[in-house]
Amino acid sequence: MSSTVGVIFTSINDEHVAELTKVRSKGSIPYGGRYRLVDFVLSNMVNSGITTVGMLTKNNYQSLMDHLGSGKEWDLARKEGGLILLPPYSDESEILYTNRLEGLKGAMAFLKKAKEDFVVLADSDSVYKLDYSKVIEEHIANNADITMVYHEHECGDSPAYILMDTDGDGKVKSIDINAKGKGLRKHYINVFVARTTYLLSLLQKVIARGLTSFSKDIILPAIKTGSVYAYKLEGYYGNVDSLQSFYKSNMDLLDKDIRSEIFGGRDVYTKVNDAPPAKITATANVKNSLVHDGCLIEGTVENCILFRNVIVREGAHLKNCIIMSENFIGEDCNLSYVVTDKDCAISSGVTLAGCEQKPYFVNKGSRI
Amino acid sequence: MLRKKQCVAMLLAGGQGSRLYALTSNIAKPAVSFGAKYRIIDFPLSNCINSGIDTVGVLTQYQPLVLNEYVGNGQPWDLDRTFGGVHILSPYEAKKDTSWYKGTANAIYQNIRFMKMYDPEYVLILSGDHIYKMDYDKMLEAHKAAGADCTIACMKVPMKEASRFGILNTNPDGTIYEFEEKPKQPKSDLASMGIYIFTASKLFKYLELDEQNPDSEKDFGKNVLPAMLNAGEKMYSYRFEGYWKDVGTITSLLEANMDLLGTVPNFELRDDDRVIHSRSPLAPPAYVTGEVSNSMIANGCEVEGSVINSVIGTGCVIEKGAVVKDSVLMGNTVIKAGAQVNYSIIDEEVTVCKKAVVGVAKSEAAKVEGKTGGITVLGRGITVSDGANVAAGEIVDRDV
Repeated sequence: MSSTVGVIFTSINDEHVAELTKVRSKGSIPYGGRYRLVDFVLSNMVNSGITTVGMLTKNNYQSLMDHLGSGKEWDLARKEGGLILLPPYSDESEILYTNRLEGLKGAMAFLKKAKEDFVVLADSDSVYKLDYSKVIEEHIANNADITMVYHEHECGDSPAYILMDTDGDGKVKSIDINAKGKGLRKHYINVFVARTTYLLSLLQKVIARGLTSFSKDIILPAIKTGSVYAYKLEGYYGNVDSLQSFYKSNMDLLDKDIRSEIFGGRDVYTKVNDAPPAKITATANVKNSLVHDGCLIEGTVENCILFRNVIVREGAHLKNCIIMSENFIGEDCNLSYVVTDKDCAISSGVTLAGCEQKPYFVNKGSRI
Repeated sequence: MLRKKQCVAMLLAGGQGSRLYALTSNIAKPAVSFGAKYRIIDFPLSNCINSGIDTVGVLTQYQPLVLNEYVGNGQPWDLDRTFGGVHILSPYEAKKDTSWYKGTANAIYQNIRFMKMYDPEYVLILSGDHIYKMDYDKMLEAHKAAGADCTIACMKVPMKEASRFGILNTNPDGTIYEFEEKPKQPKSDLASMGIYIFTASKLFKYLELDEQNPDSEKDFGKNVLPAMLNAGEKMYSYRFEGYWKDVGTITSLLEANMDLLGTVPNFELRDDDRVIHSRSPLAPPAYVTGEVSNSMIANGCEVEGSVINSVIGTGCVIEKGAVVKDSVLMGNTVIKAGAQVNYSIIDEEVTVCKKAVVGVAKSEAAKVEGKTGGITVLGRGITVSDGANVAAGEIVDRDV
């Protein structure tokens, strides 16, 4: 396969999931009982043979750093390449970047040093399985300048989507920025492939002219030259751009087919914790739930996702909940459509309820 | 700079574990799975790092492939070090003499050069077939405070079982006046746990003496410890209180697994101060929807059937209508629809096909005579075909 370097945006549009990004960047939002969102894009890269990955950070990235460590769990603790954190680039203005293009300034030195022919830019807000080397093969076959990956699905009113239209050859004809289109549309998932030298020359040009929009100032002009191609992501795509979509994409994992698609036939790498296996006691009743190592369940758990080291005491009843790691749920609690962040304790007998459109959210470290 | 380590641990991991039958056909006993996600060797290795010992030699001989692969560079136990860390020590070919390890003492003797690289003051000898949590540093402190030449960890066992162990006969001050290996008529119920701390110079001296003795079986319990005692060296006992289990037999292995179950188990693994580290697999959380009661389920499992009083290892699939009761599944095993597993230990990568019946109910199995006390054992990688029946107490190591 052609040599490729990856750049991952870990902190784009964090404000869309304000509840979960108070204490972390988007890439380190917990997901699926043991993962962080960034694990999926990073595992995609590693499984595609990419061994040099730059992680663009912004604010509150302590949680992300803690998760990634040296990168050894992704086999990215290397002498050559490996995982490289790219802190925000700051000029005289001393203001953190506010958009993708400014963010990329932090990756300029990294990209200039890269010996790899191709670069994959990707976000860390979604869950999907994709071999980027296939995208690059098509990119080469099309003789494209840029290849944009999309997923076709029913689009709602989600914010800041870029939707695109393609012609019969798979060329991108137009893009619709900040679209609010409804119906079956091609949603650009912010996976962008180009030759490293090509991207660098574009970046240098637009930055020199003080331009600030990646989509308007880089992608749009390229589309006009007719050398931007689309690549279709087949299969499951779960996106986290609101608390509601966070809830939905987590619950999607209770579907056997989605679970086997996302986890089957490959490893999804993540930070490993040595919690003992989960215990389900004689008083427990567990239905249709994901249960991570370290859990102790004495109560009733139905349609839930329990992260590491969750204790559910006898008589507690959890239905349709996402309980993040190190949570304690006391006796006879009754929780329905509740999302608790890490390290919470819910005292005995408490009742909390949300609904599917608006799950009840409990902040990290809360005592209720 | 002087490069040395105060204490080096030597872990005897070469044992064949013949009383585990099919479970050790292809792997050494310390590599046998335990507690749904661990291997036996996780316990001594974790105890080392939790006791501040960061230099461990692992002596392998019998079927070392899985063990070598598992220990690797020691990273899961924080034993990947620039100086020290964990090292696999296999028998090697030397100019003068090529030889397998001929006994526990000879195995350590052949690795004197390894120990001397770290210029240790003390050497801790461990074995790789026990389940327990222990702070070796406390034992080392006791060894130093007593000015001992050798300290042997011991614990009280029921008198009727005492003849299975090395028995220490001690004075009130803890000094040992007699050591008897598996005595027919034990004089005390203080059993050696196979954990020794030696002052390094004494260890080297007595290993060399033992090596020159043609009548010696080259065994710590039978030869080296009695020799030191006879020579009047200062030998102390160190009393250990807590959970400790030799998992060298099918019945004790099943019991030790069962000791993990319940809200207040006999042996607690949820312990922030003494975490048992392991090469934790990368599986997603377990999916559970079947009837599960009083059981342990590791990550990566898909449980749609019934699991009662059982320990289910990483990546097992229990299909709808299957029943697993009073059993241990070591990992990556599939129990298909309608199959029944009772009072059994099933090794990794086993498939039990539809409507097969493995073992009988625990209450019935207990009446079965045999070397496993009625526990049915399925060896690694085998397939039990549709509707097949494996009787209580059978040990199966090929497809049936």
